[in-house]
Amino acid sequence: MLLIYCPYCQEERPELEFAHAGEAHIARPTNMADISDEEFETFFFIRSNPKGLAYERWRHVHGCGCFFNAVRDTVSDKFLATYKTGEPKPDIDSLTKKGDGK
Amino acid sequence: MSGANRIAGAGRLTPARKVRFMFDGEIYTGLEGDTLASALLANGVHLMGRSFKYHRPRGVLGAGSEEPNALMDISRDSARRQPNVRATVQEVFEGMRAGSQNRWPSLAFDVGAVNDMLSPMFAAGFYYKTFMWPKVAWQKLYEPFIRGAAGLGVAPDEPDPDHYSSRYEHVDVLVVGAGVAGLSAALAAAMSGASVILCDEQAGAGGALRYDTDVTIDGDNGYDWAQNTAAKLTAMDNVRVLTRTTAFGYYAQNFVALCERVTDHLSDPHPDLPRERLWQVRAQKVVLATGAIERHMVFADNDRPGIMLASAARAYLNHYGVAVGSKVGVYTANDSAYAAAFDLARAGVSVPAIVDTRDAPGEGLLSTAADLGIDVMTASAVVGAKGRRRISSMTVEGGRGKTQIPVDALITSAGWTPAVHLYSQSRGKVVWDPETERFLPGDNVQASVSVGGCNGVTGLQETVDEAIAAGRSAALGAGKSKRLSLRIEAAGAIDWSGGMSGSARGAGADSTAKTFVDFQNDVTAKDIRLAVREGMHSIEHVKRFTTNGMASDQGKTSNIHGLAIAAESLGRQMPEVGLTTFRPPYTPVTYGAIVNHSRGKLFDPARKTFSHAWSTKQGAVFEDVGNWKRAWYFPRAGEDMHAAVSRECKTVRETAGVFDASTLGKIEVVGPDAAKFLDLIYTNGWQKLAPGRCKYGIMLREDGFIYDDGVVARMAEDRFHVTTTTGGAPRVLNHMEDYLQTEFPDLDVWLTSTTEQWAVIAVQGPKARDIIAPLVEGIDLSNDAMPHMSVREGKICGAPTRLFRVSFTGEPGYEINVPAHYGQAVLEAVWKQAEPLGACAYGTETMHVLRAEKGFIIVGQDTDGTVTPHDAGLGWAIAKSKPDFVGIRGLKRPDLVAGGRKQLVGLKTKNPETVLEEGAQIVADPNQPTPMTMLGHVTSSYWSPNCGRSIAMALVAGGQDRMGDTLYVPMPDRTIEVEVTGMVFFDEKGERVNG
Repeated sequence: MLLIYCPYCQEERPELEFAHAGEAHIARPTNMADISDEEFETFFFIRSNPKGLAYERWRHVHGCGCFFNAVRDTVSDKFLATYKTGEPKPDIDSLTKKGDGK
Repeated sequence: MSGANRIAGAGRLTPARKVRFMFDGEIYTGLEGDTLASALLANGVHLMGRSFKYHRPRGVLGAGSEEPNALMDISRDSARRQPNVRATVQEVFEGMRAGSQNRWPSLAFDVGAVNDMLSPMFAAGFYYKTFMWPKVAWQKLYEPFIRGAAGLGVAPDEPDPDHYSSRYEHVDVLVVGAGVAGLSAALAAAMSGASVILCDEQAGAGGALRYDTDVTIDGDNGYDWAQNTAAKLTAMDNVRVLTRTTAFGYYAQNFVALCERVTDHLSDPHPDLPRERLWQVRAQKVVLATGAIERHMVFADNDRPGIMLASAARAYLNHYGVAVGSKVGVYTANDSAYAAAFDLARAGVSVPAIVDTRDAPGEGLLSTAADLGIDVMTASAVVGAKGRRRISSMTVEGGRGKTQIPVDALITSAGWTPAVHLYSQSRGKVVWDPETERFLPGDNVQASVSVGGCNGVTGLQETVDEAIAAGRSAALGAGKSKRLSLRIEAAGAIDWSGGMSGSARGAGADSTAKTFVDFQNDVTAKDIRLAVREGMHSIEHVKRFTTNGMASDQGKTSNIHGLAIAAESLGRQMPEVGLTTFRPPYTPVTYGAIVNHSRGKLFDPARKTFSHAWSTKQGAVFEDVGNWKRAWYFPRAGEDMHAAVSRECKTVRETAGVFDASTLGKIEVVGPDAAKFLDLIYTNGWQKLAPGRCKYGIMLREDGFIYDDGVVARMAEDRFHVTTTTGGAPRVLNHMEDYLQTEFPDLDVWLTSTTEQWAVIAVQGPKARDIIAPLVEGIDLSNDAMPHMSVREGKICGAPTRLFRVSFTGEPGYEINVPAHYGQAVLEAVWKQAEPLGACAYGTETMHVLRAEKGFIIVGQDTDGTVTPHDAGLGWAIAKSKPDFVGIRGLKRPDLVAGGRKQLVGLKTKNPETVLEEGAQIVADPNQPTPMTMLGHVTSSYWSPNCGRSIAMALVAGGQDRMGDTLYVPMPDRTIEVEVTGMVFFDEKGERVNG
């Protein structure tokens, strides 16, 4: 079972308290009604599904209830960072250096 | 006497503490502390089982958890019976019953042994090649045959009466293994101030010190030092020592699962004790001190009962006081087996020969052997063994030619395999050490460190020093840095390095002999070579083709041999062929430990509504709806379900009915932007809804498909009472929170789940108002003051209420919302009014029929996640003028606006008595060849007492353009003719609801 740091509670909590919520940093278009089929496809269907570092959304559903973002390595399952909704993507290079060779 | 082979003065068990147990129907005596294996050996029993495939007689190979052969059926009573227990792990207790497995009619005479003679047929891959054709033979012949032969042991057939417990623990340092290394590391960590768990799968501390009696530590005999150290650790407040506890799984972020066997060794355990305890440990640092596992020699007929690992024979002698034979041969490729030979000789056992594959054994061994009168045959090999149920002789080939030496036991050692299992489970990659020809832990992926035997360290003092340093460093890593001055002096152990892997002399590629690599799965060197010849060039393929290492022992003794033979056949180096990955569990774990408390009533919580007791008293039959228990129908004396539902349906429409609607999801949406928020979440518009009014709302996913529906009431300008489907409550709240937090964070809105805060009593039917009127205060119930789809706040029976005038039946009706703890009192008061007027209590089945009579859909039954509001005939609920709502763009997708989509329609069977099956397929032409073109399926179907006929709803391609058409529902025994109709079957004008 993973431990996940909730950036709102500022505490590491067990995975059981959280729910995965898909890829992060996909903003809903503000002119939703007017976008083209291609734009809708990109927004709704296309996901990066990387092997390696993934930006994803999690919800501390059985805790504070907040949605937040995380950088997780899909190979090792290791969380490199979690941060609040609306904050920019963290710098990957600095994270990977810090995360190495524990 | 506890067995003829017990040597007086040898071992650590107390002769006076006798234990009687049964094995295959005979009563034996052992000693407290014996394992089943040691007790049987003490009684001269070597034949303990039959092998899986060839049913060859087998004895015990090891003295620990690596045992592949001696698997037993162990029982305490008829319900407490467990198959496939290793005799080397199971401790004997008074009254224990043990049985051998995989034999019929008896262990000594086993009919299945014919497989051994037919073995040329049963080579690796036999199943894949043989059971191919003809196709029909599968069902009648092959499958029953394979099923009959497959499976080891007999599964228990009674419910497990024991209970199991579960503990979570957070510690600074977890040390796995309580041998020299583990004890030293735990001591260093604990003395540095760290909280420590030290666990070991054995009944006590000591590890290899159980059998290696030549070791001296800090002036004490090694085993005594281990007991003293364990006692010292146990006495420390910051240390927990867990014996009989196997660390079986190493998961992410230093999460390690331990299984503690609490009662399996006790003759009369206290009933309050759990049988096993699952420890889920989160450790800052993990120290792996799991030691090494001895390998057997691979030679012809190396599975004869009486042939075992040298270290096992030493453990039986030095710990249990049991001689494994009276004339014991030794076959080795390294030094460590000599110690076993010497111990046996000193105990008075005849050791006719040590057969050593090497030219020159280690220093001093030859002279000690000479002193003890043991003949050492160097550069020699055992090339065969005779004796079916117990070895009678070994055939030795070497400098002196071929000789046959009578023996009644043969102990072997090919060398030691570091137990890297947990390291590998932690996702560490093992590294090949060419010098010692072993796989050793490489970089640590998690915060762990391997010490001692499992790290390839062979010197005893080096092991102790490394372990102390690791324990200290682990404590420091966990932030504990109490001053530590710890020095442990250790001496005396024989070097464990060296040895060989793969098949020994006489068992090479040219040999047709049965040279077992994996005992439990009956895999021979020949099988592995065959796999390579047939194109399995990856070790993962070799493993699956031969099943080498796939038995319940997970190849603890066989993996390296198998790999070496595969590498040799491939003409490649072992590291190039690679090692298979180790996965949890390290040793088999009971379902009981894993399932733990989560069974029976605790498997899944049951949610009961406020009316549960009342409904039970009214004779309700309940159904499960998600986790909820809902009253399904209320049969009266002599009524079956059909009769009860028919009566309830008619009574509601003729008089009235009372229904518990509490499970509906309820969300309080509050804030200045509440209406704006609902505008974005629902397809409908909410700005114009006046306080005190209700509206039916539909919410979509972004792709345009219906997600949920329900009635929403505006309580005030800034407050809405939202209802959702029963099953949809949590996900709808999640959906709303998601949009509120991440897409529309500027909106000032609060969402609160109130599902369980409100008890909801629906009173439906022409007399609904008469029933509730005497109970309501402060609300004008007249049609003008409180029309259909309105809500009022006031009091009922003195309790605060949100009174809804809504209807899911098509009848005039109310849904009384009161705080949950008032529910029962209000319900009883309502019933007191309702019953004299002839009203009934009704359940979910009647609710379903009544709503279907009116064509009201149930999301999730009549829709399936691919249905748009247009498809469901609810296009009117989509606001035309809103600039945005969730799903607005999805609805315009080409496929969603194309013609021919499946649409919800009503179906009437031509024969009104015929009730369709829900899920049945619908076709236009019943005479077309199969596979037929299916137009859709029946989503809801009932007998309608109020219409006097069957009614159904269905999703049908282009359904709304097929009104009046005849379609067909093909069933296995007949084809049913149906007419496509509208969805409203009763009160088509919808006038009754306003009555």
